[in-house]
This record gives sequence, C-alpha cells and structure tokens, in this order.
Amino acid sequence: MNIATVPTAPFDSEPIAEPSKEQLLEISMGPQHPSTHGVFRMKVVLDGERVVRLKPVFGYLHRNHEKIAESVTYLGSMPYTDRLDYMCSITNNWAYALAVEKLAGIEVPERAEYLRVISGELTRLQNHACLIGFLMQDMGSTGTPLMYAFREREKILDLFEALTGARMMCNYMRFGGCRVDLPAGWLDQAKKVVADFPRFLDEYERLLVSNEILMDRTQDVGVLSRELAVSAGISGPMARASGVDYDIRKVDRYSIYDRFTFRVPLGSHGDVYDRFMVRLLEMRESVGILQQAMRDIPQGPIVDPKMKIRGFRPKPGEAYGRIESPKGELGFYLIGDGSPNPYRYRVRPPSLINLTVLEDLCLGLNVADIVAILGSVDIVLGEVDR
Amino acid sequence: MNLEAIKSEIEANVPGCRLQMVANPSPSGQHSLLLDAGHAVAVALYLRDAADLRFDFCSNVTGIDWPGKEGSQKIKVRKLVDGLEQEVEEVRTTTIPGYLEVVYHLYSVEKKHGPLVLRMRTEDRHAGTHLPSLTPVWRSAELQEREVFDLFGVFFDGHPDLRRLLMWPGFVDHPMLKDYIDPDDYEYEPTAHDAVLRRVNRHRSEAGDR
Repeated sequence: MNIATVPTAPFDSEPIAEPSKEQLLEISMGPQHPSTHGVFRMKVVLDGERVVRLKPVFGYLHRNHEKIAESVTYLGSMPYTDRLDYMCSITNNWAYALAVEKLAGIEVPERAEYLRVISGELTRLQNHACLIGFLMQDMGSTGTPLMYAFREREKILDLFEALTGARMMCNYMRFGGCRVDLPAGWLDQAKKVVADFPRFLDEYERLLVSNEILMDRTQDVGVLSRELAVSAGISGPMARASGVDYDIRKVDRYSIYDRFTFRVPLGSHGDVYDRFMVRLLEMRESVGILQQAMRDIPQGPIVDPKMKIRGFRPKPGEAYGRIESPKGELGFYLIGDGSPNPYRYRVRPPSLINLTVLEDLCLGLNVADIVAILGSVDIVLGEVDR
Repeated sequence: MNLEAIKSEIEANVPGCRLQMVANPSPSGQHSLLLDAGHAVAVALYLRDAADLRFDFCSNVTGIDWPGKEGSQKIKVRKLVDGLEQEVEEVRTTTIPGYLEVVYHLYSVEKKHGPLVLRMRTEDRHAGTHLPSLTPVWRSAELQEREVFDLFGVFFDGHPDLRRLLMWPGFVDHPMLKDYIDPDDYEYEPTAHDAVLRRVNRHRSEAGDR
C-alpha cells in the first residue's frame, strides 16, 4: 500500500492510522516495552507485519536538565551530567568539562589528560560490550551474550569504583583536570583488565560474528545511506557504519588523542550488522589506545593549580565543546554571563539525534526488525529525554 | 576558515542577505553570524552546497531566551530650579525589547572543518516568534527544532512536523523561557519539605482546603 495515504496527525493524542478498508493496525510500542531500553515509545502503524509508519514519542524521562543547570553553579551540574547517559558517566563529565574549559580558557595538565583518556576509553569498552549484549538480548538470544558482556563490564566498573568511589555515577572530571589521582595499584589492575579484554573480544567474535541467526536477522536490515547519515546529523559508530569517516577524536584532536595511533573502523552497508561490527572493531582500537596511554602516563598534577574551585565565574561569552562519546557526538553549548551559574546550558544528545532516522530505517520491514534497529542505534533514555 | 571571509563570500553569492558578525568575547573564540530570517534558507543552502565550504553536518540546534531589559540611567540635566539653572540628576528608564534566538552549529564532514555558528533572532518573545525552518536543508534539525519549539515557543515555518517533543501535547507554556512559572497542578508528595512545603501550603490555602 502507499504510505502517502496515511495522513499525518497534527497531535500526538490523535490516531495516526486511518481506520480504513486497508486494515491498518496501530500499536503503541513502549514505553514499557523491554526492548526500548527504558521509557521510549513508538507509535507504529502496521499493514500485517510490515511497518508503514513509525512515530517516536519522547519525553517520558524529561526532567529539563537544561533548566536545572541554569539554577546551579557550573560545577553543580557536573554530577547531573552523570545521569544523562548513565552507562557512560565519565564521557559525559568529560564533554561538559571540555566545554567549560573552552568557555573559561583553562588548560589541563598532561597527567589529567591521560587519566581522562584512560577512563574515557574504559567507558567506551564497557558501553560497546553491553550494547552488543543488549542487542542480542533484544533479538532473542536470552542471556549468554549479555552476561558475557556484563562479566567484562563488572571488571571495568570495579576499576571505576576504585578510582572514583562510584561504579556508575562517577562524577570524575573537574574543570582543568580530574577529581582524584589513581589509587595505589590501580594501574596494574587496569593493565590486567585491558590485557584480558581481547580474549573476551575473541570469544565474542567466535560466538557472534558468523552466527547464522544473527546474520539473517541483521544483514540488510535498517540500511542507512551515507548521505542521509550526514544530513541527519548521525554521529558516532552509527554514522561510521554507514561509511562516514568522521571520528571527533581524529577530526578535532581534542585532549591528547593525536598522540595515539588508532584506526577508525568503517562499515560499507550501513545495516544493523555493520553497526554491530563497527562497535566490535572499535573496542579493539580502544584497547590499543588504553595500552598506549597506560604505558606513557607521566607523573604530575592532575588539576590546573590556577583553577579556582570555589567562586568560579567565567567571563561572559559562549562556547561549544564536543567529544566522541561512545554513543556519538556529545556536545555542550554554554553561555556565561559572568555569574556563577550558566546563562544557557545545552546538551547536544547523540542518542536523540541518532533517532531522527528511526522511521526511515524501519519502513517496509517487519515489527521484529524494529527491535533490532532500535537496539543498534544505541540509545539511553536519560540522554534522549534529558 | 575565517568567519569574515565566509561572511563576504555569502554576501557575494546570496543577493540581498543581511549578515552581521556577533563577537564572542570568551577564549573559545567561536564568533557567530546573525542571519536575517528572510534569507536564512538561501544562506543555509549556500553554506551546505558551496564547494569550498560544504557545511553538510548541522550538529547542534538550540534556542536562547533573552528577555527584555528595563534599564535605568541617571542623567544630569540642566534645569531651572527655583529660578536658578542647576544641574539635576534625573532617572530615565529605557526598555530594551527581548527576543528569542536560535543557534545552529555547523560542521563539515567532507572538509573536516567547523564549527560555524549561525544565529537567528525573532522579533519579540511571545507574538512574533516565527523563524524559517532549516530542516529542509539539514535533516538533523528536525527533532532539535521541535525541541526548540516545545521549550522556547519558536515557530519554525516550513518544518514538516512541528509538534512538541518532550512535553505532552496538551501542555501550554514553554518551560525554558526565563520567566516561566511552573503550574500549580501536580500531586504534591506527602512528606513535602522546604520550598515544596511552602508551595503545598500556598496551594492549600488558595484552594481553600484546610
């Protein structure tokens, strides 16, 4: 049937399918559906099993993070950023710290940059491992891949706990550096975890990469073209799976990423399988970065000694800072007016913007494919709804 | 790329557009270009398609609320007081009208440069808040312009699907406005304290129950 015959509803509360002779079925997928990774809802119009229309509905976890940030000091927002993408609190901290450092012109000591890279890449490892686990779980392979991923994540969370005192809400970065230095013996333990990680990746690859069911479910499903990916602002592994050679670690060369050699894996089809593969390959590159960083980390201060923690008032102005977070381009846009609180604080959420193309990816496919496609986008609702 | 050069290049290629540099005093040095609403889509298309610019990646779209300011100035004026000409201080109030601003951060995936910061301003904060949508140029603005519409109340003309994004459809106000007052219609927690308790008491006395 022709998609154009289904009218666009002006409001969300109205049905988007016209009850007609064509026997379209409108279902509400979520917000409590387990495969939506939280409270995300899609209004799906089906013709039999085929998706003819899909409208995402947002806002179930909306708490107006940006408004809250206007009412607290710059540093006061740092713990709130943990709650955006709660799988990757350290990279959230990093993006926010980077934006404030741009706004106020703060330099970061060398050791702190290494600490940021080490903790940030560990975050990427655990995020990608879990994402693949969740994706498999969503597609029905209950248990094994997710539990394998969680076993590895546990080791990394133990490292975070030893370093920052918290497993998930790390609150680790400060403007001009990091909050605490490495505890005794941490680096040796981390080296061990990272050295063991490729073995897990080998195991994961043997289990999944040429798995017939996985290939059937994911290849040529949810194909995102390169042009649409660029136009729709898709970033991170999802864009790279479509062949967009854009990694902010390489493009902006923020922090000290120009010191490490690593490659940027690219996909050629842009389907769910490529998104899965790109993440698997990115983990190998992250292991490489971690090994280089842990080999080279120098001694020194971990925070800019000139930096004032109390009474921090950046001069009026604005700055946009962004990093390559595990989900994509995480940016913070700040406007300061010379007061202790930001005048405007904006989070550029990669999860939300990567959902722009969700309908385009799902049209014409079966209901079961929506689950695989949504899983491969990699969303966390704390960040989508803010 | 130099913003001044980009500005003169646009002016040479998009006839009739009025651009203005907005300086950013912060160390980030991210200055921006203020577009006039009438030519915004033409400028955006030029920025996206010009071979040496190729700003094909619209990364971030957001709104800013700049409320109007009541400025008071003390001015010395010479006046006749009791038959003598004297210098008297007078207070004059001036009103600077407020406006909403929409900011776009552009990057180029092809040329790997950026950011280029574009701004557009509405006429005022409540009635004349119409701006052209740049979603036809960059698809990534779709959800983000919906968010700006939802939280700030900027109407994007030409947006394919302008609905609220985060608040629910029946909601009336725009929460990110600086003068937003949250409605007194939610269920209060049973063990309210501090500011919430004060609001509960005010709510109850206004509602007339106990």
